[in-house]
Amino acid sequence: MSGSEEEPGDPEDGDGDRESRRGLAGGRDEPKHGHAHGHAHGHAHGHGHGHGHGHGHGHGHGHGHGDDHGHYNHLDPVAARVRALETLLVAKGLVDPAAVDRIVDTYEHRVGPRNGARVVARVWTDPDFRVRLEGDATAAIASLGFGGRQGEHMRAAFNTPEVHNVVVCTLCSCYPWTVLGLPPTWYKSPAYRSRVVVEPRAVLAEFGLALPEGVTVRVRDSTSELRWLVVPERPEGTEGLDEDALAALVTRDAMIGTAVVAPPGTAAPGSSPAVNIAS
Amino acid sequence: MNGPHDVGGRAGFGSVAPEPDEPLFHADWERRVLGVTLCCGALGYWTIDESRHARESLPPALYCSSSYYRIWLESLERLLLRHGEIVPEELDDAYPCTPGKARARRLPPEQVPATLARGAPTARDVDAAPRFAVGDTVRTVVTHVHGHTRLPGYARDKRGRVESVHEAHVLPDTCAHGAGEHPERLYTIAFDGETLWGSGGEAGLIVSIEAWESYLEPA
Repeated sequence: MSGSEEEPGDPEDGDGDRESRRGLAGGRDEPKHGHAHGHAHGHAHGHGHGHGHGHGHGHGHGHGHGDDHGHYNHLDPVAARVRALETLLVAKGLVDPAAVDRIVDTYEHRVGPRNGARVVARVWTDPDFRVRLEGDATAAIASLGFGGRQGEHMRAAFNTPEVHNVVVCTLCSCYPWTVLGLPPTWYKSPAYRSRVVVEPRAVLAEFGLALPEGVTVRVRDSTSELRWLVVPERPEGTEGLDEDALAALVTRDAMIGTAVVAPPGTAAPGSSPAVNIAS
Repeated sequence: MNGPHDVGGRAGFGSVAPEPDEPLFHADWERRVLGVTLCCGALGYWTIDESRHARESLPPALYCSSSYYRIWLESLERLLLRHGEIVPEELDDAYPCTPGKARARRLPPEQVPATLARGAPTARDVDAAPRFAVGDTVRTVVTHVHGHTRLPGYARDKRGRVESVHEAHVLPDTCAHGAGEHPERLYTIAFDGETLWGSGGEAGLIVSIEAWESYLEPA
């Protein structure tokens, strides 16, 4: 879930989290943030890159004097708390920072919506696969090499000319990580989660998607450990395309249901750019 | 519980704002929270149900004003405190008073792929036949759950249709509180928008949830 600080037009929000968001977004452009104070400790560097091993920092220079947060006071409060917690857990032998790095790398570079696009393209080209996906989506998706955390119990929802599926989790942010990766911020936002179960067409319009009037909108609230993958309709003009070319057309949002797949060479209604990270 | 997380049908959150070319993380600390949270999950102290309940049990004002990963951070600290793996002084100082108790279960980097690939399946075999069948009309229960539940407020005491009968799954209502898995059949229940929202929802809308068997009564 995300809070109001992610709402547009909320400049009054003085919440530290918003500050952190702003501040550390700058931190992505190393070195202006992490090095700004010229700390001699050398412990901040590298963290800004997401794979740093400054994790042993804090040791060997004055522990026990109770001002360890002082080591992090060049960071915003939330970033400092995260750094402190990780440092503590590493020191207690409970967390290996290299495992943290590997988890982050998995979702940043290896698992993402290209997986789901592969599933959809296979449905479009292989009628037997479609039948298998209908019967046991978890097994069918596993046959393409995708499975595991937040995709243990998969289900597929097939869009038709009559029914358009759109997926939400009103209670938290359940999302099929194995085929779509980590959810975008809007999916986790209370704006999306509160409204799409009441007025999905109005929400879809905010994505630029206007469905024909006769289409039934079918909202699926992910209240259990079942995870839904929307299989969008195959667009016209793709008869000659092979599976790879078809997969390249499929966007993340089309597999959530906030977009449809556009014919090749056209702008996809409701499609934010295909931020398909992994292959 | 009727917590701040249960937002289906609530008003006032504004328009949805998809961010063009949205980065996967908006700050580096979000990466670390993701990874550290998953590493701590591997210590085996809590289930996904308990961690969800920890998030929705945050003070409502904090919950509503926090980003997704901030909520993860807040609940992770609370879970580690609750299970006695850290003490407040350690958090304050970022320095251990004692070694970790669950060190033997620390997730090594080489086991990350297998751990993520395994996930945490919640389906269980049960002997009991399903109480409901596809096509049945059911009514969701009237309830005021003080602990964790996955029956959203907007879908209580509502007539719906059984659309699918699934396998049995761990019951979050008990599992979140360490009171056992008590697996029950899971059903996809479809509601007409008018049943949920009267004339306040869009015409022709259908909303479905997954409901455990004890969330349902014959209608």
